[in-house]
Parts: sequence; structure tokens; C-alpha cells
Amino acid sequence: MKSIKTSILLVLTVLLLTPAILFAGGKKEEVKNELEIFSWWTAGGEAEGLEAMREIFEAKYPDVEFINATVAGGAGVNAKAVLKTRMQGGDPPDSFQVHAGHELIDTWVVAGKMEPITFIFKENNFLNAYPKDVIDIISYKGEIYSVPVNIHRSNVLWYNKQIFADAGITPPDSLESFFAAAEKLSGKGIIPLALAEAWTNSHLFESVLLGALGPGKYKGLWNGGTAWDDPGVIAAVEAFINILDYVNSDFSALAWEAAAQYVIDGKAAMYIMGDWAEGYFKSKGLTPGKEFGWAPSPGTAGSFLMLSDSFGLPRGAPNRENAIKWLTVCGSKEGQDAFNPKKGSIPSRTDGNKSLYDAYLKSAMDDWTSNTIVPSVMHGAAASEGWMEDYNNIITILIVEKNVDQAVKAFLKAAAKNLK
Amino acid sequence: MYHSRRDYLIAFLIILPSLCAVLIFVYGFIAWSIRTSLSAWEGIIPDFSFVGLRNYIEIFSSYRFQTDLWNTLFFTILFLGLCVLIGLLLSILLDRKVKCEGVFRNIFLFPMAISFVVTGIVWKWIFSPSVGVNAILRAIGLEHLAWGWFTDPAKYLNFHVALIPIVIAASWQLSGYTMALYLAGLRGIPVEVREAARIDGATEFQTYTRVILPMLKPITLSALIVLGHISLKIFDLVYTMTGRGPAFATDVPGINMFETTFRANRYAEGAAMSIVMFFMVALVIIPYLYTSLRKEKQS
Amino acid sequence: MYVNTGTYRLNRAISRGILYTILLLCAASFLIPIYVLLATGLKSFKDVNIAHMWSLPDKITLSSFVKAFIKLIPNLKNSLLIAIPATLFSAIIGSLNGYVLSKWKFKGANIIFPIILFGMFIPYQSILIPLVQFLSFIKLYGKLAGLILVHIIYGIPITTLIFRNYYTEVPDEILEAGFMDGSGIFQSYLRIMLPISAPGFVVVIIWQFTNIWNEFLFAVTITQKPSLQPITVALQNLAGSQIVEWNVQMAGALIAALPTLLLYILLGKFFIRGLLAGSVKA
Repeated sequence: MKSIKTSILLVLTVLLLTPAILFAGGKKEEVKNELEIFSWWTAGGEAEGLEAMREIFEAKYPDVEFINATVAGGAGVNAKAVLKTRMQGGDPPDSFQVHAGHELIDTWVVAGKMEPITFIFKENNFLNAYPKDVIDIISYKGEIYSVPVNIHRSNVLWYNKQIFADAGITPPDSLESFFAAAEKLSGKGIIPLALAEAWTNSHLFESVLLGALGPGKYKGLWNGGTAWDDPGVIAAVEAFINILDYVNSDFSALAWEAAAQYVIDGKAAMYIMGDWAEGYFKSKGLTPGKEFGWAPSPGTAGSFLMLSDSFGLPRGAPNRENAIKWLTVCGSKEGQDAFNPKKGSIPSRTDGNKSLYDAYLKSAMDDWTSNTIVPSVMHGAAASEGWMEDYNNIITILIVEKNVDQAVKAFLKAAAKNLK
Repeated sequence: MYHSRRDYLIAFLIILPSLCAVLIFVYGFIAWSIRTSLSAWEGIIPDFSFVGLRNYIEIFSSYRFQTDLWNTLFFTILFLGLCVLIGLLLSILLDRKVKCEGVFRNIFLFPMAISFVVTGIVWKWIFSPSVGVNAILRAIGLEHLAWGWFTDPAKYLNFHVALIPIVIAASWQLSGYTMALYLAGLRGIPVEVREAARIDGATEFQTYTRVILPMLKPITLSALIVLGHISLKIFDLVYTMTGRGPAFATDVPGINMFETTFRANRYAEGAAMSIVMFFMVALVIIPYLYTSLRKEKQS
Repeated sequence: MYVNTGTYRLNRAISRGILYTILLLCAASFLIPIYVLLATGLKSFKDVNIAHMWSLPDKITLSSFVKAFIKLIPNLKNSLLIAIPATLFSAIIGSLNGYVLSKWKFKGANIIFPIILFGMFIPYQSILIPLVQFLSFIKLYGKLAGLILVHIIYGIPITTLIFRNYYTEVPDEILEAGFMDGSGIFQSYLRIMLPISAPGFVVVIIWQFTNIWNEFLFAVTITQKPSLQPITVALQNLAGSQIVEWNVQMAGALIAALPTLLLYILLGKFFIRGLLAGSVKA
């Protein structure tokens, strides 16, 4: 009998021990004065920029504990997966990083997961500090839903100045002059255009679309105003296929920085990439305007293909008041001028202090206030995430099959599916 | 053997918590996924309205998912084959009273210790056409062997050649495991068996092919099962090494499922993919479990 | 058998030579990726260029290792806090389960085993959402304990399998001798089974520790605060979303692999022995 007793005792201990030990780690937490933001800025200039904004926040609100629940990798893909899982698990952070535009609106706002923050804009007089196009992009049914911290430009052509000087060419301003320049460069054994892995193909294509369609028709693609079998779209697909003859053959193997490196090393002459590329050039010791130059991608002069990181206010944020304080810092001139020079982007406000920015960023700030602003599809501004995925899938096949009809049909189908 | 009833009860109680945990964390969650896969859920807000098999029809008719299934099939065959071959070769070599056996063994096991997330990047560089292995091939005059590796979209009868570098990377990571299994198996074969074969006049080679290899069959089977389910679920390695590849040349269901769910917010379609993956695994595992448990009963 | 011992010796020397050559070649090719990791980790950021991936650094700098190490220390600690208890608990549970399922086959035991085992094979991406909801429900979401629990539960199938196969090889007679003395189910486990379980534990510990240490998906989903993140997540966070310092990344990868490597070096010999001791038989 004794043995049975001990045995049962042992079973019970094992049964109880496991959860007991597990729960021991989870003793009740005191309610703390915290601010938990969620972003994928974990390293390099973007992390430094965030740190600068954090310092401003902490100087103003020293008793709030600032937590950046950050997840990097895959250009924010991991972060987004985690964020979505958390939001569905009913555990929102106080504020999170989200691309301004349809990624914000279609994924979060329409689903009722965000609180309108128009009052923050009114109270702090932000409304006049932002271009109207940007206010439109972050608004839904008359309410504003996020504070854009920065602006990046997608349609930038970067080029190696030495190569251009040697070949006697100037930055091409149209697709025709691009092909003429490309022909000349490949004749000299230089790769005309650097390209990298899958997402950079989609990135390139949006610039080509904009170049072929112009800003008005390009915007129409995403709201049903322009049909996807418009002659301009067909021209863009054809041009894209032709461009593929002038890129490095190993593009699918390269991260975007490796393609930028081709331009630095003089293996490739041009690169169509967002303006974070400038940060890479500078990190390798180059000076803007000296070794490398920039221009709007062919045919897109006067248009600013924009993307923006913004922060919003999720419903049910555990520390709502602190989140509002944070969003106020994000939208302030001081916050943006602290963040952007480090991040290598420009403020979304129009009144940034230019003296803080380098030559390229200064020129981008000028364009920001004078150009037509159009949203980027590859970076969440122009279309819902579902549509963006369809767009990416079509490009993935297009670069191999090079079939114009097939691509246009697929684009039409995707538009029909996502515009419903 | 005498066991008291009370002891049997205790035995059941010991297993009960594990059983409950697995019932919730595995079967409960799978049931949830099946339900999701039959729903119209798209976007962040769950929508469980029933749509029948619509999502399954959608994914099976998509070019991408079809490609994924072919890729999985070829990847699995090649990966298992290579792991078994390398593992067998290494174990036979190491079983011959080699000096510094421990050092060699640890070198071959080492890749298992590193995270897929990191090895994916290193292998991506190694097979990068302009600078990786190709650069070495060019340097030693074997330029004609250089090719596009995982950037090559060519396919033969639904087999994408771009899968080959991934097979190599995955085999590098896991053939240490088959080596350890085989080495254990070889050590388990009594010396008498080999001697008997030798006395019968068999050459070294014949001893292996006719006597030893057949004895290693059960090990091969269990290795294939463990590696097979890794292969069918593979995600991290491919995701960091090549992603989807040109025209989905290196896409696998795990990546498609992840992107469909978390990037495109098509939760129902993503769930349908995961259920298909689950049944693929089940197709491999259930016959194995069935036969091996039955064999046990007989013996 | 060999008439001419001289020829035999020569043959033997040649075959040994061939043997070692092949082994060394294999070892060298296995080390290629490690070489790339190391060479990149020793370079400075300015010199990191994929075009020079094969070349050794001009100037060896340990700064990336130092930088990675400083950043990763708290996460190394977290990973240990997660991996050690999760490994031990899943090993103990697996051992008990294996014991019961091999030696105490009550009615239904043969059905329960495959039911548990099948848990090994589910694609984990597909259960993330219900998992997070369930963990929030039991108030363990975002806590190390939650992650530990998940690793223990998803470890049960494999540990049960290994121990069950291992114990099946133990002859029933050994146990029966114990029962004669009137030992119950637990005494026989503690007195007879546990002392001979070391090889089984080695296999399970190596397997579980390595898997838990390197696991990324659960880790990234369940832990949110940087102060709680395990090393795999922190390793990813060494890279930002745009410019990646590959030298630091690779150095960090090597640092992250050290504990598992150490485990292999220390227990490698017993690993084979443990596999040999029955757990590989189908």
C-alpha cells in the first residue's frame, strides 16, 4: 500500500509541477506607465532615427517606460505577420508602424481596428503642415488614421557619375532615351541597369508604369479609373520586358544592396531604387553628387512616387494616453527633423529644416512640395495588401515568361478581384 | 507479467496530461484550421461564413500552388536521396577505425547545430551566380560547369533546376543526422556477421551490398520519415535562401501559405494550403505508423 | 589469409590513404559555409562585399564579434532560460510516456501512441493564430513561460517516440524482477528504468535543445518585448529592414551556434551511442 501512495503522490507532483512552474514566471504584473510601440526599425540609420525620437519623447515624458517591441527581417514581413497575429490574439501594442495608404486603410481601418486621430491633427495644428495629397492617403471617410513620420521616394534613378561621364550620356528622361543610353552602355560592356531579387522587380515595374502612364492614369489604375488593358499599361509591360535585356543576369540572387554595390563598383551604370539606396551609398563612403548622381526614373519627372512609414492608434491600446503623446511627437517638426536625417528620408511635413539634410534629401524636399504626389504600390500606399501580393505574383511570372498578354490578363483579373 | 489494475490506472494518468495537451494544441488547432479553410475569411477580421470547398478549388487551380506541389515532390525525392547517400558514405568511412573520428563526426554534425535562418543566407551567397561557386569554377578552368543555380528558371517536366542548390544546402544541414543514425546502426551489427561473410568468400564490397545494407533498412526507413516531414514542411531555409524564385522556381507550400496568410491577409486560402500540407504529411506518416505498429504486435 | 604480408601492408596503406583523402575532402566541403561565415564575420562593414566573399579579410577585426556579442548577451540568457527547462521537461515527460507506452500497455495505449506521435508532423505556420488566442486565454502570451510551454508540448511527440523505442528494447524480465519485490509502477521506473536511460536522454536532450535553440517562428510570434526575445529573434534584429551589416550578422550567427556546438562536442560520442541503444530501430 505504501508504494501505491508514493506512486500517486509522484503522479500528482508531476501533474501539478509542470503548470505550477510554468505559471510561476507569469505572476501578476503591476500596471505600469508604459508605451509599447511596434516597428521593424532595428538596426542602422532607421534605428538611430527612432532612438532620436525616443529621446525627445523621454525628455518630455520621463516617467513613461518606452518599449520598442521590434521584429526585423525580410523588410518588415516578419513584423507584419507577428503584428497581425497579436492583433487577432487581442493584444495590440500602443502604436505600430504601418505603411501609410492602403496597407493602413484596407488592412486595419476598414476592419475597425484603428481609432481615428483627426483630433491629434487639429489640436497640434498638423493639418496645415502636411500636403493635402498625404492627408488624403491617410484618411478614410473623412477621418485621419495615422501620423506619417517620413517620406521615401520610390522613383529614383541612381547612376554612377564616372560611367556616365565616360560614355558621354546624361540621365535619361524618357523610356526612349533610357534604351538609347542602355544600348550605348552595353556596347561598352557595362551593365546598363542593376536589378536585384523579386521585390525589386516589382519596385522597378511601378516606376515603369508611372513613366508610361503619367501620374493621373497611374493613380486611376488603383481606383478603377484606368483599365489594366490601357495601351499605356501594355506599353509599360513591353518596356519592362525590354529592360530585362539590359540588367545583370544574376539579379534573382542579389539582395538590393548587392545590386547597389554593382553601381558603386562600376559594374553597372544605373539603378532604379527607393531613396534608401542613398543611405547605402553613403555607408560605403560615397558622397552624394560626387561619385553618384540621381534623377527621377525615366519619364517620371514631376511625379513623386511616395511611400511613408506612419504610426497609428489601435483600438484597445493598453496605454492610450501615452500613445497619443507618442503620435504627437511623431507628427511634430522637432520629431521628424530628429528622425529623418538619420533615417535618410525626408519629413512628411512641408516645413522641415533643410539645413539638417544632405544634398540629395534637400532636392527631394523641393520635389515633395512641388511635384504631383502618387502612391507606391510595392510599399503599401496604392493598393491593399492582397492586391499587392497579386501584383507581385504577376511580376514573378512575367520576368520569366515575358508574355505581355498573359500579364495584362492577370492584371485585369487581379483588379477585378480587388476592386470589388 | 503481473501488473495491478491500480498501476494501469496510474499509467493512464501519466499519459493523460500529454494526451490532453496534444489534443488541444494539435488536433484542436487543426480542426480550427479546417474550419477556417472552409470559410470566407479575408482580411483581419475573422469571417467564418461557410463557403464549402471554394478555397481549395481556388488554390488547386492557381499556377503558384501547382508549382509548389511539384517543387515539393522533386525537392523531397532529391533531398532524401542525397541525405541517405551522404550519410551512408560518411558512416561507412567513419566506421573503419579512423583516427580523430570524433573530430570528423563533429564536423559532419555541426551544420545541424546552426539555425536555418543563417545558413540560408550563406548558401545564397555561395550559389550566387556571379561570385559564388561559379567564381571558383571559373578560377580552376571549369567554366563550362558554371550556371545560374537558383536563379535559373529552366524546368524539365515540371522539375525546376533551381531547386538543386536548395537540395544541396538542406542535405548539408541534415546529412549529419543520417550519418549518425547509420553509424549507430553499423556499430550495432555484430562483428560475427561480417566475419561470417568474409569466411564465405565475400569481398568487402559484397559484404556491404549483400549483408550490411539490408540490415540497415529499418534505419533508412526511420531516417526517411524524420527527414520527409522536415522536407514537406520546409520554410526557413528556402525563405532566407531564395524565396519564391523566378516564376516560383523555388517556391514551396510553406512560403506560399505564409505569404498568402500574413501578407495578402487571405486567411481562408492560407488555411486551406496548410491543410493540404498536413494531409501530404499524413499520407507519408500514417502507412508508416500502421505497418511499424503492426509489425511490433506480431513480434 | 594473406600470404604476402608485404603486399597486404601496402594495400592497406593505400586504402587507408584513399580513406583519409575522401574523409578530408568531405570534411573540407562541409566546412565551406563555415568558412564564409567566419571570413565575413572577421571583416569590417566597409569591406563586406559579396563579390569578395571568398577572400580572407585584409585586416582581421573582431569588432563585429564584439558588437554582436554585446547586443546578444541578454538574449543568450533568454534562450538558455527557455531551452533548458523546455528541454528537461519534455525529456522527463517523454521518458515517462515512453515507459508507460512500452511497458504498461493499458487498453487503448496503442491508439494513444500514434495520436500523440502525429503531433510532430503539423506545419506550425498553420496553427499560429489559434495558438496565440489560446495562450492569451490562459494568460501566458508574451511570456517566457508561454514559449516554454509551447516548446514542451510540441516536443512531447518526438521525445515520447524516442523513449518508447528505447524502452521497448529493454527486456521485460528486468522489470519483472522488480515487481516480484512488490515495486509499483513508479518504483520500477525510478529504480530500474531511469538508471539505464542515460543514452536515451542524451539523444532527446541534443535533439530538443538544438531545435528549441534554433526555433524562430514561435519565438518571434510569442515573445514581444526585446528584453524577452530569444537569440534567434535578436539575431534577425541585428539586421534592420534596409541595410544589413552582414559582418555583424554572421558573427552573431556563430556566437548563437556556440551552445549547441558545445553540446555536440561534449555529448557527440554519447549521441551515437544513444541512437545505437535502440532509438533508431523502426
